[in-house]
Amino acid sequence: MTTELTQAPGSAGSERHIPDTVSNAAATPDREQPYGALGLKEDEYLKIREILGRRPTSGELAMYSVMWSEHCSYKSSKIYLRQFGEKVSPAMKKNLMVGMGENAGVVDIGNGWAVTFKGESHNHPSYIEPFQGAATGVGGIVRDIISMGARPVAVMDQLRFGAIDAPDTQRVVDGVVSGISFYANCLGLPNIGGETVFDAVYQGNPLVNVTSVGVLRHEDLHLANAKGAGNKVVLFGARTGGDGIGGASILASDTFSAGGPTKRPSVQVGDPFAEKVLIECCLELFRDELVEGIQDLGAAGISCATSELASNGDGGMFIELEKVLLRDPTLTAEEILMSESQERMMAVVRPDKLDAFLAVVAKWEVETSVLGEVTDTGRLIINWHGEEIVNVEPRTVAVDGPVYERPVAYPSWLDELQADTARSLDRPETGDELREQFLALLGSPNLADKSWITNQYDTYVLGNTALSFPDDGGMIRVDEESGLGFAIATDANGRYCQLDPAQGARLALAEAYRNVAATGATPVAVTDCLNFGSPENPEVMWQFSKTVEALSDACLEMEIPVTGGNVSFYNQTGTAPIHPTPVIGVLGVIDDVAKRIPSGWQDEGDNIYLLGTTSLELDGSAWAGTIHDHLGGRPPAVNLEAERQLAGLLAAGGSESLLGSAHDLSEGGLGQALAESVLRFGVGARVWLDEVMERDGVDAATALFSESTGRVLVSVPREDDVKFRGLCEGRGYPVARIGVTDKQNPGLEVQDLFTVDLNELQQTHRQTLPARFGALIAE
Amino acid sequence: MATGMRIGVVTFPGSLDDRDAQRAVRLAGGEPVALWHGSHDLDGVEAIILPGGFSYGDYLRAGAIASLSPIMSEVVDAANKGMPVLGICNGFQMLAEARLIPGAHTRNAHQQFIRRDQRLRVENADTAWTNGFEQGQEITIPLKNADGRFIADAETVKRIEGQGQVAFRYLGVNPNGSFDDIAGVSNERGNVVGLMPHPEHATEPGFGPDTALAMSSGVDGLTFFTSVIRKALVA
Repeated sequence: MTTELTQAPGSAGSERHIPDTVSNAAATPDREQPYGALGLKEDEYLKIREILGRRPTSGELAMYSVMWSEHCSYKSSKIYLRQFGEKVSPAMKKNLMVGMGENAGVVDIGNGWAVTFKGESHNHPSYIEPFQGAATGVGGIVRDIISMGARPVAVMDQLRFGAIDAPDTQRVVDGVVSGISFYANCLGLPNIGGETVFDAVYQGNPLVNVTSVGVLRHEDLHLANAKGAGNKVVLFGARTGGDGIGGASILASDTFSAGGPTKRPSVQVGDPFAEKVLIECCLELFRDELVEGIQDLGAAGISCATSELASNGDGGMFIELEKVLLRDPTLTAEEILMSESQERMMAVVRPDKLDAFLAVVAKWEVETSVLGEVTDTGRLIINWHGEEIVNVEPRTVAVDGPVYERPVAYPSWLDELQADTARSLDRPETGDELREQFLALLGSPNLADKSWITNQYDTYVLGNTALSFPDDGGMIRVDEESGLGFAIATDANGRYCQLDPAQGARLALAEAYRNVAATGATPVAVTDCLNFGSPENPEVMWQFSKTVEALSDACLEMEIPVTGGNVSFYNQTGTAPIHPTPVIGVLGVIDDVAKRIPSGWQDEGDNIYLLGTTSLELDGSAWAGTIHDHLGGRPPAVNLEAERQLAGLLAAGGSESLLGSAHDLSEGGLGQALAESVLRFGVGARVWLDEVMERDGVDAATALFSESTGRVLVSVPREDDVKFRGLCEGRGYPVARIGVTDKQNPGLEVQDLFTVDLNELQQTHRQTLPARFGALIAE
Repeated sequence: MATGMRIGVVTFPGSLDDRDAQRAVRLAGGEPVALWHGSHDLDGVEAIILPGGFSYGDYLRAGAIASLSPIMSEVVDAANKGMPVLGICNGFQMLAEARLIPGAHTRNAHQQFIRRDQRLRVENADTAWTNGFEQGQEITIPLKNADGRFIADAETVKRIEGQGQVAFRYLGVNPNGSFDDIAGVSNERGNVVGLMPHPEHATEPGFGPDTALAMSSGVDGLTFFTSVIRKALVA
């Protein structure tokens, strides 16, 4: 014990850790504080002293350090992210009920229904401890959705792993997939889509992004704010433990030596059962109108929830921290403030509704404690056994954190990379060569069947899944009466982004948008999960700035708002940053999910049409990577206006039920899209490329493997052929009939070039993941 | 067909497919009645479904804690008096834990959660929940579980095989290492049936398993629910 400590009344002689009080801080201005170990820079620490007019208490230092971290404060990205809010047209605001800055964006989808959705990253924990890292990633984003007043109805996962044959990849894949499977399956949320990419750049830094979607009636919308002096602040859910504490233990052990708590691990542990009960409990609280404001506890735990609720409300709050229910009674006040224990929520409850609130919580056997109340003091005051340990203006913690304009530099290596185009690579010419490369792509890790992963995910639960993998997007029915539903797709191509981050961002948006359109839905909103290297690397900051600028411009041009998102920096293996990986999610609306469009052929004799045109665009392609181990040049061109036209065409075709299937062309080009369309239901096709080759002036290899944008493969029943052609003509969109479906010969015949039977297609597509990770349970 | 037969669906903490079971009852022409695990009131229902999920997080053993819920004493009494009871997935595990049906469940042999459209053969079309099927009929029902491996001692397996208590058997592939490919069993009387696959997810066109005719069009599961309603009509 040092002389600087004040003792809480009645605690003399106990072994309880006694924290630094506000009066103590004022009286001992010169005490050294471990701000550096907590991740704060000296100027940030001095800024805190300036704000408070004294040194912070150890509890205040704990709060500022976590809330001013990159993860919570967006201090490096803030100046760029503003563009999403600024570049907005009236059309983009029309259906937007809640935009950026809340736990998740909310979009009006009609008939009194709204959808809320958001993606979030849990990259670093998933490398250290893949199972718990991925599991708690699901838990965290789902709590964001509940906080809006919505019932979570689906999840998706966007995964990036190291090379499939690298020694450590199986450990990470096994852990991450089983963690997501375990948590989301136990929550009863269908997993309806996502992506899995293997690339050596993610070897020491896998990406685990999870998107969740919720639905709500308009009147059920809730926001994270604490209004109304005298209203109670209630913490409920799991007890607070020592998990997920980053720097607090450093702080505590640096400050107090003998008898102090030991350093604790900083990986959180998830309990999906606790979260499932919490979901049902919250929905009952919302239904009975028992909460005024609500906030989930994620990063920075109670520090974040109290300061954000207070900042967004009337500005004042009083908390008695010793009332927090603990899993571990030895936790210090600082650790309680910073703990990231999972499955906890904080609600603001009117005193006259408190008994009803407590009755609902008791029904669900959820533990609860009333911590304090909303005040009109404008201060967030936290006491610990009667002693004031925090007294701050909440905005200074939650909102007015540091903002950095980091140095930006054009990458020194980029010109050389862009000059190294794939045009100089040998392209196959004969049928045999084309067949061999077609199969090499089909069985390559990134284009191979992902059933080994997706078979571990429940798609059926809740009974509203209209589409899921391997279709272009997931689709969920929202209203059982009318069939109203939403579709969602997410995309990112790190290789394109490495070649040109601005173009890569536009391409990711265009692809997600096209995928949603291919399901028959109309795109309405965007979320993003921006994964980058270190912001302290000026070249990474250049990539980031180009990405956000291009993405915000592209959203304005397509008139779909970005409703929220997430930034994850410091993703690198050693000093090498990952490829910029902005995962873009697009949400669409469909009037009746019965009109959904699958990605493969089902019927005999349908005409197969290719919408859009093909150019020689193999730079950054799966073909260049798989066949030639090449990455260089410039990614494909993208015409956002054409993408809008194409989406309009698909929506019209879908609403008139003219389309038997629709499948977007992206990685692997037409060859991969054809193979997947056969494999979806095991219905074959005869295809010819001459017309496309002649019209577009390309060779067979380019026709099959180029990744030109604005293209979708559709199948049309014969009886609807005239109508469909009329639709394309009326809208002036390029279209070519390139084949016909064939149930009798369920393989793929590319006329004059090659034929592959169904069995070989299946074997090639399915064997890759099981060969590395274990048997696939299938007939 | 709409008899309005009242069929209870019990919700436990951690139940996941309870609302889906209610929807299936409705689609079959019955009247779903939500029952709460903590109550002792069966609310006058004529049949009971214990739905799928992860009640109590599968702590201890899947279904073990839920089998001791207050309402289970009424469920056991009613089952012993002949009321039709269907346990699906986690409900199957609860029935085994409550000793209403023979056998037990362990982790899938391959140790992973598995979700697939599973072919089954109806081995006993003479129970309360299967009388609408043909004996030996092949059906497709979605399966999704982590602890789905049915086990029993050799004597029990022999007995239930001999007495026709094996209600369903996996076809094509045994997805979890269950003994004798057993997917579902009944009690001796045939009023209590438990199975690992989820019939409630094959009841609505557009949301079931794929069939040779069209995607997501499989409704083989509907017969479970119409069977129990038909049985009530006949009785």
